[in-house]
Amino acid sequence: MNPVNYLYLAALLFTIGAAGVLIRRNAIVVFMCIELMLNACNLALVAFSRMHGNLDGQIIAFFTMVVAAAEVVVGLAIIVSLFRSRHSASVDDASLMKL
Amino acid sequence: MSALAAATSTGEAVQFWVLGTVAVVGALCTILMKKAVHSALCLAATMIILAVFYLANGAYFLGVVQIVVYTGAIMMLFLFVVMLVGVTAADSLKETLKGQRWLAALCGIGFGVLLVAGIGHASLGPGSFIGLGEANAAGNVDGLAALIFTKYVFAFEITGALLITAVVGAMVLTHRERTERARTQRELAEQRVREGKHLPPLPAPGVYARHNAVDIAGLLPDGTPSELTVNKTLRARGQIRDVSREALNDLKALERRSEERLGRDRDALDRDGRRDGQEAQR
Amino acid sequence: MDNAENLIALLVAAPLLGAAVLLVGGRRLDRTGHWIGTALAAVSFVVAVVLFADMLGRPGDDRTLYQHLFSWIPVGGFQADIAFQLDQLSMTFVLLITGVGSLIHLYSVGYMEHDERRRRFFGYLNLFLAAMLLLVLADNYLLLYVGWEGVGLASYLLIGFWQHKPSAATAAKKAFLVNRVGDMGLSIAIMLMFTTFGTFAFGPVLGATGETSEGTLTALGLLLLLAACGKSAQVPLQSWLGDAMEGPTPVSALIHAATMVTAGVYLITRSGAIFNAAPDAQLAVVTVGAVTLLFGAIVGCAKDDIKKALAGSTMSQIGYMILAAGLGPIGYAFAIMHLVTHGFFKAGLFLGAGSVMHGMNDEVDMRKYGGLRKYMPITFVTFGLGYLAIIGFPGLSGFFSKDKIIEAAFAKGGTEGWILGGAALLGAAITAFYMTRVMLMTFFGEKRWQPDDKGELPHPHESPRTMTIPMIVLAFGSVFAGGLFSWHESFVKWLEPVTSFEHGHSPLSAATVTTATVAVMVLGVALAYLQYGRRPVPVTPPRGSLLTRAARRDLLQDDFNHVVLVRGGEHLTRSLVYVDHSLVDGVVNGTAASFGGLSGRLRKLQNGYARTYAVTMFGGTAVLIAATLLMRAV
Repeated sequence: MNPVNYLYLAALLFTIGAAGVLIRRNAIVVFMCIELMLNACNLALVAFSRMHGNLDGQIIAFFTMVVAAAEVVVGLAIIVSLFRSRHSASVDDASLMKL
Repeated sequence: MSALAAATSTGEAVQFWVLGTVAVVGALCTILMKKAVHSALCLAATMIILAVFYLANGAYFLGVVQIVVYTGAIMMLFLFVVMLVGVTAADSLKETLKGQRWLAALCGIGFGVLLVAGIGHASLGPGSFIGLGEANAAGNVDGLAALIFTKYVFAFEITGALLITAVVGAMVLTHRERTERARTQRELAEQRVREGKHLPPLPAPGVYARHNAVDIAGLLPDGTPSELTVNKTLRARGQIRDVSREALNDLKALERRSEERLGRDRDALDRDGRRDGQEAQR
Repeated sequence: MDNAENLIALLVAAPLLGAAVLLVGGRRLDRTGHWIGTALAAVSFVVAVVLFADMLGRPGDDRTLYQHLFSWIPVGGFQADIAFQLDQLSMTFVLLITGVGSLIHLYSVGYMEHDERRRRFFGYLNLFLAAMLLLVLADNYLLLYVGWEGVGLASYLLIGFWQHKPSAATAAKKAFLVNRVGDMGLSIAIMLMFTTFGTFAFGPVLGATGETSEGTLTALGLLLLLAACGKSAQVPLQSWLGDAMEGPTPVSALIHAATMVTAGVYLITRSGAIFNAAPDAQLAVVTVGAVTLLFGAIVGCAKDDIKKALAGSTMSQIGYMILAAGLGPIGYAFAIMHLVTHGFFKAGLFLGAGSVMHGMNDEVDMRKYGGLRKYMPITFVTFGLGYLAIIGFPGLSGFFSKDKIIEAAFAKGGTEGWILGGAALLGAAITAFYMTRVMLMTFFGEKRWQPDDKGELPHPHESPRTMTIPMIVLAFGSVFAGGLFSWHESFVKWLEPVTSFEHGHSPLSAATVTTATVAVMVLGVALAYLQYGRRPVPVTPPRGSLLTRAARRDLLQDDFNHVVLVRGGEHLTRSLVYVDHSLVDGVVNGTAASFGGLSGRLRKLQNGYARTYAVTMFGGTAVLIAATLLMRAV
């Protein structure tokens, strides 16, 4: 098997995640989809690391995980406080940028 | 390890196709499941499969971190928030923005096709495949550590700062300073009187007659169910079981059975009635 | 003297200091200001004499002095320096400017005695001297341009000195504006020099004319000619000169004799190397000179205002100089020689005119003079000597310099030579005519004095000594300068290292030309005598012929400017306004309207839903990837 297949899988997962961001209204699910996209990137990085025979790709994936952890903490905190003030977790309800 | 140095083995190919399919299905379920809990569980499954792929690609440390941190910690955090937030109308899969779904599908498909085309276009043939045999020679963790604490030490330190900031940020966002005194029972009662609704405590759910489950609305004296008796979250989910018809039907059946048991069948009654009438005519 | 070059800056610095002190000093200098100004002009003249003596002590080809003060604008390849160059040409100008300038300062002490703003007047005079000295001493065109603009500014201030008179204010504005047209030519010429030669210092620019295309040199020459026309009041930029008579008479003398109008002649002579290599530009120069010398002479015949008659004369005489400068190496030296002699006699004539006006209650109309020779003997004698010099009476200054120019014009050769020579001869005849007319109407005949506004008849009297001494000195110059310069061709030899010199080969012999010049001069005088000496002069001017009426209106120069420039400008403006309203505004308003409409529709895209924005972003990313792939595929 060609290890490039891991890249195709990563591309597929990334696209699915992106589509999820676009079609789901629940902020929590949207967040999950973002996590899915990040994971897809990590898979691609790990596959690259293996192809090129050095560990830099894994390091970057590692950093991605750290950043994702930080992002989840803040993002979920935002969702919770948003839910508290609006009693809704829908991203469409937070349309204050509307003219 | 030696397998990693060379090309991929048949075993890995089988593992890729089986688990890869499951991962895609899990991802699709994540975005298509109606309930956030189900989405979270599907995502956790996908992540575990990704952890397996990491291991297969020689990223042993990352594989373990994926399971422990991502699946174990981050996804559990998601579940906690789902629990906190509860179920809302946002869970509906019905699209509210005009054309959004079509545009999303178009963009998604276009993007995916372009990505795949890009990967296919790039010169990433088997010839460029090196493998991690050499890099992992001293152990994957040792190799990563050597890089993190030399080449990437500043980035590593900065991520530490980022995590601290995130923790403080989350605390600031969710912490609510109580700026006024909590209202006493008496004040709450007075407020209820002023507003003039539900002076007594809310009625309990379905404890009348035979049903004492919390998802069954209690019946008013006329037999209609009262929404007030059911928990708000259940109401939002639409999980109220309506047993009002059922109760009436049960009553009818009970009446019929007791009539039968007491021997008062309708025919006899009818006959008695007719006889009484004839006697009256005479 | 070893370090003579260190004195050069002092030439400019002295009058500049005077200007600064007098203009900044305020009222406390009102009593002494005029003497400070005169003294500093005199200091400058003394320094010039010292430098002149030093220069004479050195051999002919080693007389140029350089002084580098400081680097002015050093930016990469653009090097502008404050640096002076004093060679024989500059020296001649410096002596003329400081000498005549100092005399005019002295004269002004008496002439402006009753003016409240005399201190300011002397400040401006000093500024004028400083700017003119900077102009002739600069060693590069950019610094020359500074002096050039300084002269323009000072002339504006002085012509409009009596700013309470609307006519003076207008005249100052007119002079300034017309000069701007010429300045434009000079500034463009300097830019062209920089792009062509990479520098604008005299040495490199004038030394590199051999390697430059003739087209570029012709363009440079024409631009420099435009500049010279502006400053020297040559056709077609001559219209400011007559109106400039609104300024006090000493200013007129300064402008006409020592400064300002000579700047154009200096520029052309200094840039001789450019003109020598561009025959087309030279042709333009001689054409302008010939046309102007006739134009000025004709105007001079018709004017009744004594100063305006003299102004026409100046225009005409500068025309001679420009004509000579356009002839190339056979004429440069004579142009400068005529410039110097003209500086003497024209300054003398203007100061004499001022003296007459001083005695006649500031009356300027010659028809209201008459018979003044008995009342103002010194003025009469000095003015008369200047008159004889300008008409070219044999033995006086003008005779030598003008004769040489006419000879050089014939030496141009071919049809051109005959035309130019003929024009110069005709000009000489007309000069004799109108100057005799001025002389006769002012000093001879019966008294035609008229009461002034207060009903008092003027009591003509001789002017005070501060005014007569300069006139006497200038009269000496008018009489002897020409002869001195022509003595063994001393002036030509003096200038030769700078301007080079060739003997022209005239188709007529020198004796023939001289005879013809004297003959036409006598003819002009005789005609004028018949017209104005034998018959009484009417106090109100007769209607006159068509040409006379046109000449009274300066040969319709202002009407021409009005019709062509003002009307044309108005039409152009009106059509531009129309285009602006219909086309430009239409485009602008249309753009605004279309953007408004577009925005009204586009704002619907801004629905505030984060997911819509995300779709846009995602689509954009897809397009970017597609573009990247396409670029790689191509």
